[in-house]
Amino acid sequence: MASYSTNEFRSGLKVLLEGDPCIILENELVKPGKGQAFNRVKLRNLTTNRQWERTFKSGDSLEAADVIDQEMEYLYTDGEFWHFMLTDGSFEQYAADAKAVSDVLKWLKEQDVYVVTLYNGAPLSVTPPNFVELEVVDTDPGMKGDTAQGGTKPATLSTGAVVNVPLFITIGEVLKVDTRSGAYVNRVKS
Amino acid sequence: MSSTPDNSWKPTASLAALESRARQSSYVRDFFAARNVLEVETPALASHGANDLNIDSLRVDLAPLPQVDTLKGWLQSSPEYHMKRLLAAGAGPIYQMARAFRNGERGVRHNPEFSLLEWYRPGFDDLDLMAEVAALVCGWLELPMPERLTYREAFRRYSGVDAFTASDSALAQKCERWVGTELAARLSRDECLDLLLSHEIEPALRQLPPTFLCHYPASQAALAKTSVSEDVTVAHRFELYVEGLELCNGYWELTDATEQRRRFELDNQSRQAAGKPDMGIDERLLAAMESGLPACAGVALGLDRLLMLKLGTRDIAEVLSFPVERA
Repeated sequence: MASYSTNEFRSGLKVLLEGDPCIILENELVKPGKGQAFNRVKLRNLTTNRQWERTFKSGDSLEAADVIDQEMEYLYTDGEFWHFMLTDGSFEQYAADAKAVSDVLKWLKEQDVYVVTLYNGAPLSVTPPNFVELEVVDTDPGMKGDTAQGGTKPATLSTGAVVNVPLFITIGEVLKVDTRSGAYVNRVKS
Repeated sequence: MSSTPDNSWKPTASLAALESRARQSSYVRDFFAARNVLEVETPALASHGANDLNIDSLRVDLAPLPQVDTLKGWLQSSPEYHMKRLLAAGAGPIYQMARAFRNGERGVRHNPEFSLLEWYRPGFDDLDLMAEVAALVCGWLELPMPERLTYREAFRRYSGVDAFTASDSALAQKCERWVGTELAARLSRDECLDLLLSHEIEPALRQLPPTFLCHYPASQAALAKTSVSEDVTVAHRFELYVEGLELCNGYWELTDATEQRRRFELDNQSRQAAGKPDMGIDERLLAAMESGLPACAGVALGLDRLLMLKLGTRDIAEVLSFPVERA
């Protein structure tokens, strides 16, 4: 397995730390003029999503993590696994378990394209596009006349996600939602 | 076809920063002219590099030349060895603004090629020289005069450990929260101290007015005299920290050639153990010391970092015309 020395550390590099795949976020050289050099590194553990700060002795190395991001179309779930297919024309399919899709579940729509992070060839996590378009399946009836006040109400979308929407939104409308903030963006004309 | 515009031909320093650098150079020259310290130049390329374990000089391959017995040269990590030969030759007080080179060092406070102001004062001890450094730095930065803090007190206060008397394993344990147990167990005593210095002491110094850290452990004496203070052997070595940035490294200089040879041999052993090239022994330096290096104090001060402080920047690239990746 390839490994990376501290002088190759840069943000975005995927490495193994204490058995877990991590992505390097920041790398800072600290060195007293006459003293030993160290690299102070911020990493995100890709399994737990938790951020770590760890210092390495300059010159030491970490094993590379076999982690790659691939664009895949979401196909369906059988209840136990969520199935994705590569968009590169190979039709190759991958099954993600509940843990890998836990963060993306409320934005998961069939035929939409997601970034699937593979670790040792198996889905580790799934990242939604920045914006998704989903249909409103439940919300209180629209209240005309309140639009000027900019009030909001909760609306349940087809995936189960609940977002705050303007009062004029009605069931059956398709909304554009920002998956990073979970915020309503606008109505989509169908 | 479109392509991303490549801006890498452009300097990373603003024109205002370049002008400040020129003013800083004039300030330094005026400072030393008023004090009758002679400006000198010494080679950047020489047959020997520094012996320090943690300084990697840049190697240069030389074409064969008549009367040059080595084909291997080193870009100097500081002009120290040559300036000491000038002192032994009777040059009196001297300074220079030199380009220095240290391999493998690049970060927001490091560039492998950088500018050092180095000066030597015959007849001064470390206290006298600290006063002169304070006048130069605080005069330029318009800051209050620095406080002095011993290395031992700094560690007691900010790391809760006695850097001189704590056991090796106690120091390693202090490092575990930063590096994990596996690496902590592999660190030498001095590496542990360096780690705590950069992770616990320096951040604390950021909150303080300019501070001289002084009286380093004897194991980190490098080329400084040692003496016994409060029952422990301390090196007459000092560093100035301004806003937590390490600005200079000074010594009440060791003048004993025999002791210097012993330290060089120890350095070379440590280098070999760490898989680094043996730097040999610069016999011309030792011969100069044997012929008589006057009692003196000397200091090297990072001019790029001094300018960073003057301009309030956090990234050395903002004071360099072209950092290494654009050079």
